[in-house]
Amino acid sequence: MSGSEFVPLSLTPMLIGILAAVACALPGNFLVLRRQALIGDAISHVVLPGIVVAFLLTGVIAAWPMMLGAAGAAVVAVILIEAIRRLGRIEPGAAMGVVFTTMFAAGVLLLEQTDTSTVHLDVEHALYGNLESLIWLDATGWASLLDPVALAGLPVELSRILVTLVAVVGFIWLFWRPLKLSTFDEGFARTLGIRTNLLGLALVIVAAVAAVAAFDAVGSIIVIAMFICPPAAARMMTNTLEGQVGWSVIFAILSAVLGYVLAGYGPMWLGARDAVSAAGMIATISGLILALAARFGPCRTRSGAPVQV
Amino acid sequence: MLRDALLLQLGYNATLVAVGATLLGISAGVTGTFLFLRKRALVSDAISHATLPGICLAFLLMVALGGDGRSLPGLLAGSALSAWIGLLCLNWLTRNTRLAEDAAIGAVLSVFFGFGIVLLTVIQTLGAGRQAGLEGFLLGSTAGMLWADALVIALGGAATLALILLIRRPMTLVAFDPEYAAARGVPVHRVDLAMMGLVMAVTVVGLKIVGLILIVALLIIPPVTARFWTERSDRVVLLSGLTGGLAGYLGAAISASAPNLPTGPIIVLVAFAFFALSLLVAPGRGVLAALLRHFRFQRRVHLRQGLLALAQGQPIFEQLTLRLLRRADLVRADGVATDAGRARAAKALRDETRWQIVRADQTHEAAAALYDGLRDIETVLTRDQIAEIDSRIGGPQEVPA
Repeated sequence: MSGSEFVPLSLTPMLIGILAAVACALPGNFLVLRRQALIGDAISHVVLPGIVVAFLLTGVIAAWPMMLGAAGAAVVAVILIEAIRRLGRIEPGAAMGVVFTTMFAAGVLLLEQTDTSTVHLDVEHALYGNLESLIWLDATGWASLLDPVALAGLPVELSRILVTLVAVVGFIWLFWRPLKLSTFDEGFARTLGIRTNLLGLALVIVAAVAAVAAFDAVGSIIVIAMFICPPAAARMMTNTLEGQVGWSVIFAILSAVLGYVLAGYGPMWLGARDAVSAAGMIATISGLILALAARFGPCRTRSGAPVQV
Repeated sequence: MLRDALLLQLGYNATLVAVGATLLGISAGVTGTFLFLRKRALVSDAISHATLPGICLAFLLMVALGGDGRSLPGLLAGSALSAWIGLLCLNWLTRNTRLAEDAAIGAVLSVFFGFGIVLLTVIQTLGAGRQAGLEGFLLGSTAGMLWADALVIALGGAATLALILLIRRPMTLVAFDPEYAAARGVPVHRVDLAMMGLVMAVTVVGLKIVGLILIVALLIIPPVTARFWTERSDRVVLLSGLTGGLAGYLGAAISASAPNLPTGPIIVLVAFAFFALSLLVAPGRGVLAALLRHFRFQRRVHLRQGLLALAQGQPIFEQLTLRLLRRADLVRADGVATDAGRARAAKALRDETRWQIVRADQTHEAAAALYDGLRDIETVLTRDQIAEIDSRIGGPQEVPA
């Protein structure tokens, strides 16, 4: 395949896929270890009402209001889950189930009630994203990477997800020690004076920001899959947190690249004409990686823990 | 319009949908209760998302065999099969690897759903328009429901309810105390699988009406709602079925009464309204009841402390205490105790002295453990015991004015 075809059509979607996958997998490591993996699931459901409300308030499909709306909805959801859990004394899983299904239902209802026929906003789009359409039309070949005029035409989603990834990496790098401590031994972390509640909330917010930025480009399936599958697979490979984070980044990149290539070119190899959903394929590949790790990973079993009934 | 809808006067299709939604709500509420009591509510989320690849594969298979591809029983059979595979994956991941259940749920959910989306796009490329029915399974589509579809839903719902009646006792036992159940010889793992099988049946039956994303709500919200009202598991099951059925019926009726009101989301929102109401006003576990309990406790503490202060002749500065004492006619407006107030104060001080003796005495150990500064000593000790204690204190002494 020539650069003149690859660079404009496939380079940017692939890059965006990789960046989104890594941005979600990094906080996902901590969420999986803290048994909060389903926060990612909840966030990706409540993003829909947030986006719809933002659209209703501003009347336009623009990136920033929608991201703000989505982030706001995520924070509202986290607060509601916590409130219902404490006020009603309900187990966290059920509280989460109550909140995210209700907010998602409200989002669908709002969407049906408003006239969105003139704009591109629907439930399917929210679920699958539109990774394939994030092409770089100004590019003509590999040389365009050095051409400032062509670079100005890069899809905005790329720079947005890049900024998000930098922010996520910055957060984890800055708070590495407290995060590690409070993840494995919250009581000990508290005695050292680490404010674990605040840190936990910050982690959820960082995850929400990553989810919202990724959601914008790749849809909610990738978001949930990348929060959980690469960290879970990495968990089977090593016993150290550093190793786990490293493996999860490798797995995330691998799923994004393989998934994108298989979705875009796989059907053609099999003789079909059209590509299949890249978002769905990336999630599928991450699942295959997890399955392989769960079957053959060196650290896949619980060590020392009794077998659960 | 809404009245017509509630009385099933809006035509054949609306009536079918309302009846189907009611049946679905009942069976989802009843099934979900066991899931909720077992603290595995979100497993249903994984199961429901795992139905998507099965639907698509069944469609592809039926098309390949020369059919139309949209026969509901065929699609439901496919969805059940893939949900079962998802469930087995979930169980295998939690039992044989170090992953916690929530990570396994998330993994199964996202991977199966992602694969389903891939298959959906494959179907889209096969031929224009033919996949239209399939996307309806994401959020449910009740428009154009056929008598045969309603029959499938009704039969499925009834079969689920019958199965639950059969195995409700082992399921309750496992939900409350799996170790005890195992010791009694109940096959915990198989009961768990059966419970999940029921959840899967409800999910499959509900695909047509509320869709696979929102069916979770019908499995989780009614049991949580019912739990507020009672502490007995059989009543939770009944109430939950009732709430679910009512939400299904009302939701279907509301959605039929006006355009642009999708059935699935409306049913979920009605269920949530019941939940919110219960959270607020349920006796015992509700928020209002908790607030009332708090205020009642606060009043007792203030009254007690006020009486002790009166008895010892200390001035009271706390406004709430003064207000409570005045309202009970124990002090006058200028803060001086009335006769009744002096008597009650003397009694409070004497009770306090009695408690001191009780707490210092080893023979009253059990009673002393109940001391919290508020409890009336008469509710803990017999009259003879109090008389014996009083004989150690001596007779009534003058209360300082």
